[in-house]
Amino acid sequence: MSLYFTKEHEWIRVDGGVATVGISDHAQNALGDIVFAEVPEAGRSVRKGDDAAVVESVKAASDVYAPVSGEVTEGNAALADDPALINRDPEGDGWFFKLTLADESELQGLMDEPAYRDWVKTL
Amino acid sequence: MAETTEDLQTLPLDAWHRSKGGRMVPFAGYEMPVQYEGIMAEHLWVREHAGLFDVSHMGQLLFHGADVDRALEALLPGDLIGLKDGRLRYSMLLNEDGGILDDLMATRRGDQFYVVVNGATKADDIGQFEKRLPRTVVLDHMKEQALLALQGPEAAAVLESLVAGVSGLTFMQAALFHWNGKPLWISRSGYTGEDGFEISVAARDVEALAETLLADDRVRPIGLGARDSLRLEAGLPLYGHDLDPATTPIMADLGFAIGKRRRADGGFGGAMRILAEIENGPVQKRVGLLVDGRQPVREGAVILDSEGSEVGRITSGGHSPSLGRPIAMGYVAATLTDPGTRLTVQQRGKLFQAEVASMPFVPHRYHRKPAGAAA
Repeated sequence: MSLYFTKEHEWIRVDGGVATVGISDHAQNALGDIVFAEVPEAGRSVRKGDDAAVVESVKAASDVYAPVSGEVTEGNAALADDPALINRDPEGDGWFFKLTLADESELQGLMDEPAYRDWVKTL
Repeated sequence: MAETTEDLQTLPLDAWHRSKGGRMVPFAGYEMPVQYEGIMAEHLWVREHAGLFDVSHMGQLLFHGADVDRALEALLPGDLIGLKDGRLRYSMLLNEDGGILDDLMATRRGDQFYVVVNGATKADDIGQFEKRLPRTVVLDHMKEQALLALQGPEAAAVLESLVAGVSGLTFMQAALFHWNGKPLWISRSGYTGEDGFEISVAARDVEALAETLLADDRVRPIGLGARDSLRLEAGLPLYGHDLDPATTPIMADLGFAIGKRRRADGGFGGAMRILAEIENGPVQKRVGLLVDGRQPVREGAVILDSEGSEVGRITSGGHSPSLGRPIAMGYVAATLTDPGTRLTVQQRGKLFQAEVASMPFVPHRYHRKPAGAAA
């Protein structure tokens, strides 16, 4: 199992051919209190860089991009009734969606965890 | 919104905000705290306890000179001649067509008028006043004064413990008090819908006062984020969003601010148009909207009628922490303003269902003088 991050502050946890996607602790902290999240439905195909989900805080709306291409296998149903779960556990139970990886080579351009945590400190 | 850091001014409490964990953002030409612990928690704290806001970015103006009340009435549609000493009046600075250039609070203070205007508009307002007031009226921009607001159901008890007698003020009343020998001009007013006070204090004394207020466990610092969600729940318009030069007081549903005598006599910018709107109704009017579902609709979203035709725009919208649902304000055609009217809102290609609601969304809890009591 390996963990990657994007410069848009998404994380991707890869286990076999399945990737779980969410937003980082840094991202939830910057957004503030999250009041709404919309996740993609199972079966939807997304390409790297597509708008895949929406997250809204008290302040503003943000898109969550698909960090890699693939077919969505599950959206996190818990977020509809409890969007604040993203604030409480952004890199765990507050995940957004899972997808089957279409092209593992897309992972190569992403940051690993130490690189991301170091980069975030410079922002 | 291309505000760059180098253009921004700092507030007298800048270092204090940062030391309290304030997250600073550009607003009205200043670096200001948008939140400390978080907008939701701060919002709910103000509804239950007392919150301290730094609103020193706002313009504090003092007018004096012969017939200052009469002179100001040419620019503001409120009854200022009839305003008693130590009383506040909500009013608006109008252009010659009746469009709103700013909204403001005016207080008669002896033979002077103390006027608080919005931060983003204060420079333009001063220009308007200097251009349109007679030479006999002198305007002093009180740049050396800071402004704090203490808001919430525990605000009166907190402030009374520091400034004896202040709880004797009623809503929209003001007076001079002292704290540690320092003068404080305190009014019972605010922008949250709660009971509370606005405190004008010398900039050199504001940090000591803020620190003393915050030492009370009932008080927490509150940022701009919660200020916005609180005023939205209270149904209070925000200048530059819900009010602008294209709107009149009647369109904005602020007709209460135009007193009986002013309606009879006119004599303010755009009086013909505004009096006609009072008589016949405006073409569009500001309304509140309860939005179905959980997703907020925000400023700029389009409002549609049942036929799918555009009938207005959202001017403010967001999540209501007190109600736990999205609420909004916007302008719609006058035929669609009855509470309960169903409307559709379109935002980023998605449709939302909404219902016109009477405002405030959360009841005001002002400390009004008892009905029937002498003024």
